[in-house]
Amino acid sequence: MAGNVDALYIFLLIVTGMMTLLVFTAVIYFAARYRHRRGVPAEQIDGSTHLEITWTVIPFFVFMVIFLWGAVVYFKGRTPPRDSTEVYVVAKQWMWKLEHAEGQREINELHVPMGRDVKLIMTSQDVIHSFFVPAFRMKQDVLPGRYTIAWFHATKPGTYHLFCAEYCGTQHSGMVGDIVVMEPAQYEAWMSGGSTGPLSASGEKIFAELGCATCHRSDTQGRGPNLVGVFGKPVQLEDGRIINADENYVRESILDPGAKVVKGFKPVMPTFQGLVSEEQLNALIAYVKSLSNAGPAGPKTATAPERAPAPGNTGTKGTQVE
Amino acid sequence: MSTAIAQPVERENYLNTQYGVGSWLLTTDHKRIALLYLASITFFFFIGGFFALLIRLELLTPAGDLVQADTYNKLFTMHGQVMVFFFLIPSIPAVLGNFLVPMMIGAKDLAFPRINLLSWYLYIIAGILMLHCILTGGVDTGWTFYTPFSTEYSNTKVIEAGLAIFISGFSSILTGLNFIVTIHRMRAPGMTWTRLPLFIWAHYATSIIQILGTPVIAITLVLVVAERALHLGIFDPKLGGDPLLFQHLFWFYSHPAVYIMILPSMGVVSEVIACFSRKRIFGYSFVALSSIAIAVFGFLVWAHHMFVAGISVYAALIFSLLSYSVAVPSAVKVFNWTATLYKGSIHYEAPMLYAFGFLGLFTIGGLTGLFLAALGIDVHVTDTYFVVAHFHYIMVGGALMGYLGGMHFWWPKITGKLYPEGWARLAALIVFVGFNLTFFPQFILGYLGMPRRYFDYSHMPEFQVLNVLSTAGATILGIGYLLPMIYFLWSMRYGKPAPDNPWNAAGLEWQTQSPPKTFNFDEEPVVTWEAYNYDEIDKAHPEEVHVVG
Amino acid sequence: MSDSQITVATSVHEEVRNPALLHHFATEQQQRDASSLGMWIFLGTEVMFFGGLFCAYLIYRLWYFGDFAAAAQTLNSWLGMTNTIVLICSSLTVVFAVYAAQHGKRTMLLASLALTLLFGLAFLGIKGMEYREKFENHHVPGASFSFVKTVPGHPDEMANPRHAEIYFALYFIMTGLHALHMIVGIGIFIWLLTMAWKGRLTPEYNTPMEIGGLYWHFVDIIWIYLFPLLYLIDLHK
Repeated sequence: MAGNVDALYIFLLIVTGMMTLLVFTAVIYFAARYRHRRGVPAEQIDGSTHLEITWTVIPFFVFMVIFLWGAVVYFKGRTPPRDSTEVYVVAKQWMWKLEHAEGQREINELHVPMGRDVKLIMTSQDVIHSFFVPAFRMKQDVLPGRYTIAWFHATKPGTYHLFCAEYCGTQHSGMVGDIVVMEPAQYEAWMSGGSTGPLSASGEKIFAELGCATCHRSDTQGRGPNLVGVFGKPVQLEDGRIINADENYVRESILDPGAKVVKGFKPVMPTFQGLVSEEQLNALIAYVKSLSNAGPAGPKTATAPERAPAPGNTGTKGTQVE
Repeated sequence: MSTAIAQPVERENYLNTQYGVGSWLLTTDHKRIALLYLASITFFFFIGGFFALLIRLELLTPAGDLVQADTYNKLFTMHGQVMVFFFLIPSIPAVLGNFLVPMMIGAKDLAFPRINLLSWYLYIIAGILMLHCILTGGVDTGWTFYTPFSTEYSNTKVIEAGLAIFISGFSSILTGLNFIVTIHRMRAPGMTWTRLPLFIWAHYATSIIQILGTPVIAITLVLVVAERALHLGIFDPKLGGDPLLFQHLFWFYSHPAVYIMILPSMGVVSEVIACFSRKRIFGYSFVALSSIAIAVFGFLVWAHHMFVAGISVYAALIFSLLSYSVAVPSAVKVFNWTATLYKGSIHYEAPMLYAFGFLGLFTIGGLTGLFLAALGIDVHVTDTYFVVAHFHYIMVGGALMGYLGGMHFWWPKITGKLYPEGWARLAALIVFVGFNLTFFPQFILGYLGMPRRYFDYSHMPEFQVLNVLSTAGATILGIGYLLPMIYFLWSMRYGKPAPDNPWNAAGLEWQTQSPPKTFNFDEEPVVTWEAYNYDEIDKAHPEEVHVVG
Repeated sequence: MSDSQITVATSVHEEVRNPALLHHFATEQQQRDASSLGMWIFLGTEVMFFGGLFCAYLIYRLWYFGDFAAAAQTLNSWLGMTNTIVLICSSLTVVFAVYAAQHGKRTMLLASLALTLLFGLAFLGIKGMEYREKFENHHVPGASFSFVKTVPGHPDEMANPRHAEIYFALYFIMTGLHALHMIVGIGIFIWLLTMAWKGRLTPEYNTPMEIGGLYWHFVDIIWIYLFPLLYLIDLHK
């Protein structure tokens, strides 16, 4: 993936290098060649429409090529593959808290196996941060109140810098860490040591503790919708809209339940704003995902992030499904 | 017309017609107001420059050991705010524009001289407020003051800084308003739109941006101040607000703002290249129209500052596409200026050296914009030193070089004195070398991954070499800026008296005295010639055209 | 283009310029045109200024329609309607004032200016009443904000108070800024009334009246947008 970025970069270096050389050579040559000499007046040349058109159209086409190439690379970078391993990231002043779906928690460090697609589901507890791994040519702002998604696919074992790239206060330059890419076997070994169980299991516990199960029963008798099989599928709302049940939708439903009420249900769910932490939210979302037993990436979620959640209040409006 | 002999008795001009502080502080003469601005913006330039020096000193070593983290954060914030709002945005329009726009079109003054003075007072009030803010603790939000950091988390003087910038915005708006009305309504008989100097076209385009864009940042600042003071939730997600709304509103102005900073400089370059090549600018109408195109397109690209901010992929695609469109007119201008050199009769006085510098550095800066507009690359280099290098190439390598070139070009007209040419050429060279040494390494630093706004890079000590190079360059650059300060001041007292038109330049401003009388022209000029009629001028004055000070 | 120059008294060799003609203008026509263009451009900047607010308002109203509708219903649309009529009438009196100035009708001019002022003050008075009512109901954003109401058309759904607070924040900022512009307008018209009283607004020179009128019309138009946007959401529910 990084290779794609570098390829475009080199192309740009060549194109702009040529352009620079052209301009510099012309300027220096003309400045020297046409240095003022007695008795040799300047020749008044008004212009040349041909030339103007040429040097407007050609750069424009070159720019369009660059645009298209850049767009393709970008599109790939914003489309996590299905079945990516998921890691939840919570940024706060001034540290990175990471939690694997399997439950391991890390601070300022992320261990990943090489050769696997890793999708990051990120939010901030306070101000805007940005998750930047130069080696992967990857960067994504991390916002409070919603999730943003990024993904990468590491191909070489090693330790790579992680930086916060959006100014966030006093220790902005201290908000650095490492991405540790390991051989698959080593990663398994690392994983089996010290885990509190999968994230979705903690989510299940919280689900019970907070009384969610009272209304969200696994039958049709509950006052809230049955959540089995919901994640990643379209949901019809009471006002007629159909949205995709992605991470932002689940988050919003917990923090601002009146925003998108499911069709056929009454808006009686209380809000849990202030009663759940970001980490607990992540666990709950992991649990709801697990109820769709298609795994972390249901058939529709792969397309959800690139439609990128429209900016919303505490969550988003989900993504419109055509 | 050009004479190198001093006048035995000083003629009456706008400088000596009245003495006393009152005659300056209550003046409505656009030329005096220009000098008032010159003094004020130079003052702020050195403040902003001092902050830059401290930043670069800190970055000599990976550890954050010169100042504390909070102090460093305030330094880069205030460097940005002071340089953008109190130096770059006013610079050429308020100094050279104020001085020259009426003269270039054959008018006695701007359309609204009292509003012009009000403009300066607003700038001063804003400046005093900003100074007070700096001296009593400063602000650390970054010049971009993103929410919710600026509204909720920063415990520095955000409101005061916001108000200072708000007031300075009105100074900018009034200047733009004045220029547009002046250019529309006060042109001398015969001065048609197609006979206008390109400097005027550039300022017209700049003024359009000033009047349409600045009010948006004004209202954004009102919202930020209100939110911070009253704990509203317009930009705070916990209260239902959206931090991205702030970014959209902010960049809607701040992107066109960069065109406010560069267009006037391009106007200067057109005048200088035409004069020192002794010919009309190649493709006059294309250059004029490109200025307008840049102003218009400049309003359509703001979210290219937000590609990784969380906007949708589709929005990103649109803004990337539009960003390439705005690159085209800039490229067209560079080609036209270069073509002007062809078969010219080129002189190497200091103004022309600055123009050459502009051509080279603006080209590099502009081309690196292509990198940033490419979505795939931007993801990697945004918020790194690559961006810092890009915008400094344009704003310092471009805008500031244009400003210095213009100051040298019109110095004889403004002061009636000649600056020392030898020192000026040396200073231009020092600035060029120092500049490249400061900022070129930053492109590399950025691609290698050094984020911006970092005061401590001890986790990446491998970045030190490039940082040291950059700081060395900054020192050289600083010397390059101090030199003109010194010799300009020296020339006001000891410089050789300047002829009325030392460069035998085209343009109505050169038909006046050096320094000009208060009302510029004895009689309203009637224009019957095209702009840049250097063939006629040189036929009438076949002798050497340049005057060495 | 010196057809509109006035000769005052018996000057010897030159035509004496109208003292109202400033030194840097060649003719009065030029001065008039410049002033007029200047005011139009200034009004353009005001459009952009309010535009940012309208943009924020529109976005949040799209997102939180129900909550905004609930909040809007707590405004008194009758008072808002009255204010709209008051301002439209005031624009009418401004038109009369400009006409009177152009035709040298002193009484009509003074009466129109005075009426305009009255209407302006009436507007501010009614606005003040509305603000007071908001204050009493704890709808002013801040520490003592409280909002308990159902979403119009959804009697079993409570409006989100945080979103309602955003509505009120925007309401106060938008109408507050508008009121500030009204106050400035009133100041301008007091000045115009003074000038008219002293006989300085004549058919030959009434530029201040013309551009003052432009400003007033603009402030009126802003209100004509504010009123339906802020007051008239889902009124039928």
